[in-house]
Amino acid sequence: MNPFETLRFAVGGLAANKVRSGLTMLGVLIGVAAVIILLAVGNGSSQAVKDSIEKLGTNALTVSSGGGFGGQSTATSTKPLTVDDARALADPASAPDVESVAPEVTTSQTALYDGTSHSVNQVVGTYPAYFKASNSKVAKGDYFSADDVLNSRKVAVIGSTTATDLFGTASPVGRKIVVGGTPFTVVGVLETKGGTGFQDPDDTVIAPLPTVQNAFTGFGPISQILVEAKSADATTPAQNEITTVLMSQHGIKDSSALDFRVSSQASLLTTQASTNKTFTVLLGAVAAISLLVGGIGITNIMLVTVTERTREIGIRKAIGAPKGVILGQFLAESTLLSLVGGGLGVVGGLVGSRFTIVGITPVVIPQSVVWAFVIAVAIGLFFGSYPANRAASLRPIEALRHE
Amino acid sequence: MKQLLRGRLGRDGTGGHRVGDPVTAAAEESPWGPSPVIEVRSLLKTYGHGDATVRALGGEVDPVTGVSPGVDLVVEQGDMVAVMGSSGSGKSTLMNILGCLDVPTSGRYLLDGIDVGGLDEHQLSLVRNRKIGFVFQSFNLVPRTTALAQVELPLAYAGVKAAERRRRARAALELVGLGDRVDHRPNELSGGQQQRVAVARALVTAPAMLLADEPTGNLDSHSTEDVLAIIDRLNASGRTVVLITHEDEVARHAKRVLRLVDGQVVADVRQAPVDGPPPALSDPAVFAAHAPHALTSGGS
Ligand SMILES: Nc1ncnc2c1ncn2[C@@H]1O[C@H](COP(=O)(O)OP(=O)(O)OP(=O)(O)O)[C@@H](O)[C@H]1O
Ligand SMILES: [Mg+2]
Repeated sequence: MNPFETLRFAVGGLAANKVRSGLTMLGVLIGVAAVIILLAVGNGSSQAVKDSIEKLGTNALTVSSGGGFGGQSTATSTKPLTVDDARALADPASAPDVESVAPEVTTSQTALYDGTSHSVNQVVGTYPAYFKASNSKVAKGDYFSADDVLNSRKVAVIGSTTATDLFGTASPVGRKIVVGGTPFTVVGVLETKGGTGFQDPDDTVIAPLPTVQNAFTGFGPISQILVEAKSADATTPAQNEITTVLMSQHGIKDSSALDFRVSSQASLLTTQASTNKTFTVLLGAVAAISLLVGGIGITNIMLVTVTERTREIGIRKAIGAPKGVILGQFLAESTLLSLVGGGLGVVGGLVGSRFTIVGITPVVIPQSVVWAFVIAVAIGLFFGSYPANRAASLRPIEALRHE
Repeated sequence: MKQLLRGRLGRDGTGGHRVGDPVTAAAEESPWGPSPVIEVRSLLKTYGHGDATVRALGGEVDPVTGVSPGVDLVVEQGDMVAVMGSSGSGKSTLMNILGCLDVPTSGRYLLDGIDVGGLDEHQLSLVRNRKIGFVFQSFNLVPRTTALAQVELPLAYAGVKAAERRRRARAALELVGLGDRVDHRPNELSGGQQQRVAVARALVTAPAMLLADEPTGNLDSHSTEDVLAIIDRLNASGRTVVLITHEDEVARHAKRVLRLVDGQVVADVRQAPVDGPPPALSDPAVFAAHAPHALTSGGS
């Protein structure tokens, strides 16, 4: 018996029961495709986070109001962040590692232009330093200036999504939009940052702080302060300086009872990345389980096939089929099942990864394709060999008596 | 032992059966000429344990000595033996052991002077493939497989090339009169035709020994005659035949008739000499005249 003949026997065996073979193959197909797609989704989302780390710049620090966990209970009163706090941080004497400071207020408003209405995700009131610290560059037009801030001019820089939604293909620079009832002149459009998660960072309107305060939020507390450190290495000393300055500003002696939080963008994203890794591992586990279930499917089918054909095995042995040949035939059947199922699964996985899934663009990990396929075939071989071996080891008369 | 077996099987597997084979190594040890094809000593086969023990072969335990007598049997080269006995007397059990399909509980079985008990799984498959042609009472054809592929199967396992295989399978089917049924599957064949496919499959490898367990059990008298005629011719060409039957008409074809009762051989009658043609062929006219029924009229 040459390999070609064994293969022909195996194909014949599989073709004898097409539905069952098809369903088993489907099991393996889903298993392999699931591994590839789920790992690609996990990888895609951490890739996106990595990209946004690079986009944001690692020098940025965010100061926000509110204590850490448990801080709330010990702090006697929570003082909100104010523009004065921001000014204190901008003092190079007390905070030498701080490059620039941008206080922020944020709100959500509806923008109107020429009858087109668009609800803007984030309307930010801030200083020009914000652009550099948050790594936002204008693609068209220009940033607003410190002068615009001082004079509370009604000018705005808008994100690319906002621009397309309101203006379509027309250039927005120099035109007037109405945000929440206040007219703003668009001076610039930001470069597209690209979506990383569920919020579109390109759907934004950025205007001078006093203008936004005047129009929407009032001159009370601010949402957060964006601080840019002198360099990536300076973020840690800058963080300490910010803490010291704000503690004296807020009159806090106990460093465990802070009513504000300083977080570096980089560390925030690192946390997010590691969460993502957990997410990927979880997805991988789910995928592995589905692959295993596919493997059990093969075992089951092989067991059923072998049991059903035990008499046939008896006949074949009685006319002199060596154990190896019978083993080979059944092994070839299960390997063929897993090879074809796995191959189709790889195709399915690669095709499936081309679609955006829950806002994440999957990025296929090449190793996952190889491994999913190899594991599927290995499972087929391993689980197929058990019932095949059992059948081939039967004495001919035992097999023939089997009913 | 392994090499010895390989050597013999190799010669057999190349096409010719063992008739007129140069004297084998095992035979040289024997002072009485060539060793018998089948030599069985104190063969015993039991099923189950304790009170539920079924003594399928070997007879009841002697109350005095505490041992079963066992079955002793010697079958010479070229003999044609019919095994008779009532249902449950152990005929099939004996046959399965002779065909290396089952193993005895105790006792020795020498096939061509080789102790089968000492062979491993692979050697046994070689023996089944090359030395023995087995015809089952219930045909036992491989389902969903054409007659031609069916008969090719033993040759495929013997490693014969496809073209040669096809040629020999066709020849075997022609021999049993099924030259026009090569592409039929078992479910498209009559019982007699299926039985003849089974016979073709058993003789296609040209085995030295044909074992048939009630080869005519489910056949009408016409098909019975067809199958028996084939078996007679095979024996006339020198092959050893052992067949099981319930019918006297079938047993008449044999050179020797064994009778089993409760797993023991109780009668051993020789009807014709070992060398020479089987009774049906030595003098066809006389044989036909003595037919109990008008078998010939039905068969012609
Ligand atoms: N696998 C088995 N387990 C238990 N008992 C068995 C088994 N096979 C056969 N026997 C018993 O062994 C005895 C002999 O069986 P065997 O098949 O050899 O009879 P037989 O002579 O061929 O009968 P028949 O003419 O009806 O075919 C019977 O009593 C049977 O019940
Ligand atoms: Mg029987």
